[in-house]
Amino acid sequence: MTGSDGELRAAVAAGALVAAQRRAPLLQSVADAARAIFHARASSIMLFDAAQAELVFEAVSGEGHELIGRRLPKDTGIAGWVLGAREPIVVEDVAQDPRFAVGFARSVGYVPRGIMAAPLLLDERALGVLSILDRPRPTTPSLDELDLLGVFARQAAVALDLFEAVRHVERALDGRGELAVVARLAAALDGLEGDRRGAASSLLAALEAMLAAPS
Amino acid sequence: MELPAWSVGPDDALPRTRGADWPSALDRAWAFGDGRAAGVRVAVIDSGIDPHHPVLAGPLQRAVAMEIGPGGATVVADETGDVSGHGTACAGIIRSLAPACELTSVRVLGPDLTGGGDALVAGLRWAIAEGHEVVNLSLSTTKARFADALRALVDEAYFRGAVLVASAHNMPVDSWPWRFASVLSVGSHALPDPETFFANPRPPVEFHARGLDVEVAWAGGTTIRASGNSFATPHMAAMAARVLGAHPGLRPFELKTVLHLIATNREEGP
Repeated sequence: MTGSDGELRAAVAAGALVAAQRRAPLLQSVADAARAIFHARASSIMLFDAAQAELVFEAVSGEGHELIGRRLPKDTGIAGWVLGAREPIVVEDVAQDPRFAVGFARSVGYVPRGIMAAPLLLDERALGVLSILDRPRPTTPSLDELDLLGVFARQAAVALDLFEAVRHVERALDGRGELAVVARLAAALDGLEGDRRGAASSLLAALEAMLAAPS
Repeated sequence: MELPAWSVGPDDALPRTRGADWPSALDRAWAFGDGRAAGVRVAVIDSGIDPHHPVLAGPLQRAVAMEIGPGGATVVADETGDVSGHGTACAGIIRSLAPACELTSVRVLGPDLTGGGDALVAGLRWAIAEGHEVVNLSLSTTKARFADALRALVDEAYFRGAVLVASAHNMPVDSWPWRFASVLSVGSHALPDPETFFANPRPPVEFHARGLDVEVAWAGGTTIRASGNSFATPHMAAMAARVLGAHPGLRPFELKTVLHLIATNREEGP
């Protein structure tokens, strides 16, 4: 390993480490802000783990903070319905809704009355679900609430996507996976000088153009 | 209570649509006839329909499901009923407003409302080929790879004379087929009257119907209160069926024009 290779890896690793450390606080701040804006009793952000077909509590604000890290089958309850349907939902009285996972709520010791939830959509992917529990019931219909919910859902989706990218970097730095090759190439390029660096840059630019071209 | 994206709120005054100064020979009495939509064949592409739910008050004409296998889609008779409740909710709304229409269930969704674009495309293709005059699509796909196939089907429906009544997504994301110009796309308004609908002079959503806090039929013979463009859409499908019941053979653009001319904001303003 050259000196510059080591420096680059160290810099990328440091960046990835900082980003990973910020994951929980950022998601928590989105959940906190959403709960505050809606004056709700609780809110949560759940990540969809496609490999395990599960929803994972990533952030909880208000009631149920101990749920962070808890996993549920992906089709559980209203959050599961929202994930599958890829549509937001408003349920004012969950006791009347057969989709509500009453057993899970009782096991946690907090049974909400109303739930508002939105999928975390980014491009074609549903990354998870944002739920707002027990906000005060408005007296008149309002367009604003679902618009706001969409804003927070978008924020959470972008954050989750960003952290997924960080995980890719971490895997590459560990030497596992295809991205490790890219990281090594970047490091090797960084260590070149003069004509060799120019030739390598041209080669990589050609490769990039080939990969970007429609298949 | 809140409305989904692409909806119109009580404080959002829609401009008057064109036609306020046109001759007023055309009104709802003429457009709807007896309002029963007798003989009009309506397909509901969704999670199935519970044929025994009391709100349906009558049998289904047919129920099929799309099974997706390695060789493509297979159309099979469906005795599952409704795996979610969503399709029964839509069917109940249609029956309540167009009581004599003939309902067919085309199930393309599974229990958690996942179904995949392949099933949606296959279900839509079948519904059009079978000659349904109205197709209710209270769903859409966010997967762009299905957009071309859906666009071709939407065009085919238009030229065959079938009107596709399609929900706008409830969040500001790209999805299909409601975005295509020839479908009758639907968002929600905040009023409680199921007969009130607005023509929207600011597309892509063309009509707004009741979609807020609607009491709808659900799985297992129950009812729930639900909000969303999914439930506004069958209101417009029923209105379309009424017009076609009174005036069989209208082309989709003629039907849209009639609905435009009898929209609440044409006659009375929002």
